Amino acid sequence: MDKVLMKGNEAIAEAAIRANCKHFFGYPITPQSEISAYMAKKMPKIGGTFMQAESEVAAINMVYGAAGAGVRVMTSSSSPGISLKAEGISYIAGADLPCVIINIVRGGPGLGGIQPAQSDYFQATKGGGHGDYRLIVLAPSSIQEIVDCTTNAFDLADKYRMPVMILGDGMIGQMMEPISFPDNVDTKEIEKPWATTGTQMKRKKNVVNSLYIDPKELEDLVVARYKKYDEIEKTEVKFETENIDDADIVLVAYGTTARIATAAMRMARAEGIKVGLIRPITLWPFPKDIIAETAKKCKCMISVEMSMGQMIEDIKIAANGACPVEFYGRTGGMVPAPAEILNKIKEVM
Amino acid sequence: METVFKKPHALADVPFHYCPGCTHGIIHRLVAEVIDELGIEGKTVGVAPVGCAVFAYNYFNCDMQEAAHGRAPAVATGIKRANPENIVFTYQGDGDLAAIGTAETVHSAARSENITVIFVNNAIYGMTGGQMAPTSLVGQVTQTSPYGRKVEAQGYPIRISEMLSTLEGPSFISRCAVDSVKHINECKAAIKKAFQNQIDKKGFSLVEVLSTCPTNWGLSPVEALDWLRDNMIPHYPLGVYKDIDKEGGKDGE
Amino acid sequence: MSKTNEILFAGFGGQGILFSGKVAAYSGLVAEKFVSWLPSYGPEMRGGTANCHVIVSDQPVGSPIIVNPTDLVVMNKPSFDKFENDVVPGGNIFIDSALIDRDCTRDDVNVFKVPATKMANDMGMPKLANMIMFGKLLKETGFVDMETVKQGLAKSVPPTKQQLFDTNLKAIEAGYNL
Repeated sequence: MDKVLMKGNEAIAEAAIRANCKHFFGYPITPQSEISAYMAKKMPKIGGTFMQAESEVAAINMVYGAAGAGVRVMTSSSSPGISLKAEGISYIAGADLPCVIINIVRGGPGLGGIQPAQSDYFQATKGGGHGDYRLIVLAPSSIQEIVDCTTNAFDLADKYRMPVMILGDGMIGQMMEPISFPDNVDTKEIEKPWATTGTQMKRKKNVVNSLYIDPKELEDLVVARYKKYDEIEKTEVKFETENIDDADIVLVAYGTTARIATAAMRMARAEGIKVGLIRPITLWPFPKDIIAETAKKCKCMISVEMSMGQMIEDIKIAANGACPVEFYGRTGGMVPAPAEILNKIKEVM
Repeated sequence: METVFKKPHALADVPFHYCPGCTHGIIHRLVAEVIDELGIEGKTVGVAPVGCAVFAYNYFNCDMQEAAHGRAPAVATGIKRANPENIVFTYQGDGDLAAIGTAETVHSAARSENITVIFVNNAIYGMTGGQMAPTSLVGQVTQTSPYGRKVEAQGYPIRISEMLSTLEGPSFISRCAVDSVKHINECKAAIKKAFQNQIDKKGFSLVEVLSTCPTNWGLSPVEALDWLRDNMIPHYPLGVYKDIDKEGGKDGE
Repeated sequence: MSKTNEILFAGFGGQGILFSGKVAAYSGLVAEKFVSWLPSYGPEMRGGTANCHVIVSDQPVGSPIIVNPTDLVVMNKPSFDKFENDVVPGGNIFIDSALIDRDCTRDDVNVFKVPATKMANDMGMPKLANMIMFGKLLKETGFVDMETVKQGLAKSVPPTKQQLFDTNLKAIEAGYNL
């Protein structure tokens, strides 16, 4: 297919539809509203469901119902809305339901602002809702990558029966870049014999539930779920590296910030400073091994984030003291400029 | 030999956990009988609430989903939109439906979501030990209104059926009680109509059932039935509040 | 040496600032360059100032945010005041002189004054001052050629509104041929 210019938000919506997601439940919030608008326009034409729910809470619970009923389903929001959805996300994790959740992050806490941020990293990767659970978290850094991540998100959700989050930010949601959609989407829809589609009087009833009053029963279930998480950590880690082999200083950045870090790296290299970049694509599972390996070879790592420093904690754990881990970030909707990052590089040298 | 009484097929063969004298068991049975009579068990999906009926997923033989507190109508919406050929019902208490889940209740009704809602109103939070409910009566003593519900502090009880009947969305709204054989029969007829309306794609139906909570009301089962008759029915009059098959609004009993 | 145009379009909401950016980005796409398009968004879009960052480059676009534009197209005074000093030395500033009544204070940039809004009104196409400015930008920077812009414009106009193509092109040519 020809290349077209598309906003990140629209690309997410189109990619979801192409991944056979026919059900979308959402609530308006800046800066992700184009996703809802796109779905509202397209879903009726393909016999799908678009619903503007009465609240974020209702939307995520509609996702729960539809996911339990066995269909591919998605919701999208931005930071304050994701906080509201946290209850439902926990229930979805607890009931082992597959779904895709989009967070186009804006500055926080509270109502915060509407400009791009990455300050929901903790919420996305460490929980947000209550209980022992994980989300697979994907962080695309270009509009083209959004297409791959969105398809992948539905496949991972189905494969592991768990919620998958795409963590973007206001910048990637709003910007346009040339993209092309593959003519045939390589997506793997699988049978869902556990779904509540009606017994048709031919099988025992299916129950979608996260309530287990007997603590031993609950513990066994959570432990089994964590075995699944272990497998995901072994097999589903995704990242990219650039120039790390000879690097003295390695930047670690994800999403749109990784692009800015790339620009800073080019500026540094032009000045003869050996800078490399590690770009996590999966934030959970976090690319621990490459961080650990690289930390042994470089002089310093710098976590570059649009937050006060959240991913840096995972980098430090992975580096395990093998090299110092510094931080450069802007927050509240401010976006770091490449020159600012270059200054930080020079400061730590 | 003719069988004159048997457990409905849609009701699972397990003991209820409900307190002695609680009328949840009757209401479960009515729902199950209706599912049997309409022959819809194989395509029915129920949504259980949080509250005393939280284990409803154990008691019905159809597919079930357990919802978060108050969210059953949203979950039911998701199920129905995913598979419109399924018959989807929620079974909710007063705290679930009329307090924490009010928005979901009102908006699923306003959308005329084609689902059936069974609303069990016993004027108290049962599972958590007898706290004041949105439907607790003025003056009613509960754990969190120990001096009786005072309007200055706690406001007025909500009449859900009357409130929802002002909306254009619902196809059928009825308030029933399960304190007598006559009322139980009327209640079953209302529940049957609420399911039939969904089969006929008429949209949202809700049956409010006045129910007892002897344990948290601090009464014997028989006294509880009297309390329901003497106190709840006067405040929550029985009758059909909306029926799109009949012109006009409440036609009463 | 790779070539990169970092073009900042700025003005009021409703002047077609984002559309100018879109035509620039689609033209870059047709020319098989790397492009990005980033709008300002939020409450200011409803009638306040609007701006749009477009990068057209021979190499992959890093940050889509433009800190120091090579080319600045301004269609109101607040935007001129705000961005004038950000332009790289040797860069270009395109001013709608029908709406901005002051001179540029810098002597290290190329300044092009175009009375675009007046021209557009005179031509009976008051909404297309943005395209007249675009034509001048195209002429002076040559970031792509006119044939490419025609294709870029065709992709920027909704398929159902192709009649807009002719009027937009007419406005671009008016700016180009000044």
